[in-house]
Amino acid sequence: MSSGTGQVRIALRNCGVIDPESIKDYIATDGYDALAKALFDMSPDEVVETVKKSGLRGRGGAGFPTGIKWETARRSESDIKYVLCNADEGDPGAFMDRSVLEGDPHCVLEAMAICGYAIGASQGIIYVRAEYPLAVKRLQIAIEQATDMGLLGDNILGSGFSFNVRLYFGAGAFVCGEETSLMNSVQGGRGEPRLKPPFPAVKGLWDKPTNINNVETYANVAQIIRNGWEWFRQFGTEKSPGTKVFALAGKVNNVGLVEVPMGTPLRVIIEDIGGGIRNNKKFKAAQTGGPSGGCIPAEHLDTPIEYESLISLGSMMGSGGMIVLDEDDCMVGISKFYLTFTAEESCGKCTPCRIGNVRLLEILDRITEGKGEEKDMDDLENLGNTIKDTALCGLGQSSPNPIISTLRYFSDEYKEHIYHKRCPAGSCSKLIGYKILPDKCTGCTVCARNCPVSCISGERKKVHVIDQERCIKCGVCFSKCRFKAIVRG
Amino acid sequence: MAQEIVEVTESYPALDAFYDSLPDKNGALIPMLHKAQEEYGYLPQEVQLYVALKLGIPASKVYGVATFYSLFNLERKGQYRINVCLGTACYVRGSEAILEALENELKIKRTETTGDGLFTLSSIRCVGACGLAPVVMVGDKVYGRVTPDDVRGIVDEYLGKAGEHND
Ligand SMILES: Cc1cc2nc3c(=O)[nH]c(=O)nc-3n(C[C@H](O)[C@H](O)[C@H](O)COP(=O)(O)O)c2cc1C
Ligand code: SF4
Ligand code: SF4
Ligand code: SF4
Ligand code: FES
Repeated sequence: MSSGTGQVRIALRNCGVIDPESIKDYIATDGYDALAKALFDMSPDEVVETVKKSGLRGRGGAGFPTGIKWETARRSESDIKYVLCNADEGDPGAFMDRSVLEGDPHCVLEAMAICGYAIGASQGIIYVRAEYPLAVKRLQIAIEQATDMGLLGDNILGSGFSFNVRLYFGAGAFVCGEETSLMNSVQGGRGEPRLKPPFPAVKGLWDKPTNINNVETYANVAQIIRNGWEWFRQFGTEKSPGTKVFALAGKVNNVGLVEVPMGTPLRVIIEDIGGGIRNNKKFKAAQTGGPSGGCIPAEHLDTPIEYESLISLGSMMGSGGMIVLDEDDCMVGISKFYLTFTAEESCGKCTPCRIGNVRLLEILDRITEGKGEEKDMDDLENLGNTIKDTALCGLGQSSPNPIISTLRYFSDEYKEHIYHKRCPAGSCSKLIGYKILPDKCTGCTVCARNCPVSCISGERKKVHVIDQERCIKCGVCFSKCRFKAIVRG
Repeated sequence: MAQEIVEVTESYPALDAFYDSLPDKNGALIPMLHKAQEEYGYLPQEVQLYVALKLGIPASKVYGVATFYSLFNLERKGQYRINVCLGTACYVRGSEAILEALENELKIKRTETTGDGLFTLSSIRCVGACGLAPVVMVGDKVYGRVTPDDVRGIVDEYLGKAGEHND
């Protein structure tokens, strides 16, 4: 079960191990055993109880206890109920769900069928990003194979229980990852969220009770049913049992997916598994939770990763994006990056988010252009908190988090930009420039030949000059000059 | 500016067949738009109107949905679609500079199409190749660990291809 430094593979157990297009491979690794066990040896209540006792929490971001959701959906009276799988994976730097869908599609189908049996639903829908064509193809193959073998469809394995799964394609809107928007989108409308309650488990798709879980959440279910809740609880912590998959990226040596027990310190992921920071640079922060999360500085690297601990640090678990930042990353720039994203993706239904985020972005723009004012930091904080308190859905309620967390840990960087018009990381293009030092330039022409906008001139063996008007500050010349003749400042 | 009045003058058998094949006509709008875009490359007004008539819903609803989702194009795109990944992993490894270099090389801004209809430049969010960051995609082809000075070579590759076709 374990592989590599401190990793434990539950959700990813089959990824890269079996042929995802072969149901036989999946069955050979005890696939669909859990479904058979549920159908023949357990009552629906026992299934719900097992999931509840396992302590499994939603891996899509908020960490809501999965068993409680299932129980609510089970208790909601209705002739029709739905099982939804959220495969919209919107965090712009994360690909955990995609890897599960591409590497082990059957484990999601099996879990959805188990859920259907538990809550009394016979229809399943996977809402998958249209940008993931391979995942779509593998899911289609898996559904066909499972149906052919009587593991999906009518009267599964002669049990009397029927369950069908259909795919539904997203069309590129981050907010559709939010569950109520997702359901509006499946109904064929604009993917705008609505107020909760009523929660989907009571009134969801087409106003019917609906259980919605994330891909990775489902990827744990079959193994919990097969091995028992006690087995699952041996991994992770009391409050956050099991493992979490992270998409480790940014300035570490080893990027890629990692699956670690909950409670693993951030340091282990970054230093032991990630192999430390590239090019011997200095670690600055780890960003978790994507556009809804925040940045965790070096002094908190030993915090065990759990839903609650990340929130107390001003970040959140989110779906599992983990971006490692080094000394060259500007924290004001990072906030601006995330806010640009959320402002673009705001659905516009409520004013705090539609207008508030644009105002936040304008302030950040000014700061990064060297036009920051003294009151900007207070304004960011006050407006950010107002948006969080008043926005309608999770997008707006969390969009100021990247700003608020960087204000908390990196206020010095904001101050440098505002008071000294300097970007200490050397990253904000309006605040930096490149210059050629005449006494060091040998006239080798390398910079001129590599400049993407051809704005460096000079004859061979003569000093070269940059046309500052046309320079786009891409830094290519700086990295190409072998004589340290180009300086940034 | 006078607005042209759009009428449905053609028939769209591919859309008819697709509609008939749908097991569930509820929530058919988005699948229909996906299909239409697959067929025609974008969603011309006439096609939007046709979908509205077919589903018996107001054209304004079709337009509202088509504009809500970024994957739907209301305008014709270039032959080659250059997408620069602005996902977080690519961003921290410098993809913004690559986008700027492409804007300079193609002399268009992001989301625009070159005058000759060859290239459309856009940004996308994470194509799941973060290990190769920063990533540029041209059509389905992925270019990894791109630097701003690679940009000219990438564009030239397609200019070359376009030249071959024209001969
Ligand atoms: C703006 C926004 C985007 C979201 N995007 C996703 C997503 O891409 N994938 C996902 O599984 N959950 C996403 N969620 C969380 C879902 O609303 C929902 O909580 C989740 O699908 C429930 O499944 P879980 O309990 O298994 O995590 C998003 C929430 C918000 C507010
Ligand atoms: S918070 Fe933003 S995304 Fe959510 S409903 Fe309001 S405007 Fe839409
Ligand atoms: S690469 Fe450096 S040494 Fe060579 S011409 Fe440019 S500035 Fe001068
Ligand atoms: S920073 Fe980029 S654009 Fe400016 S001179 Fe150097 S290579 Fe050219
Ligand atoms: S962020 Fe660019 S591929 Fe993931």
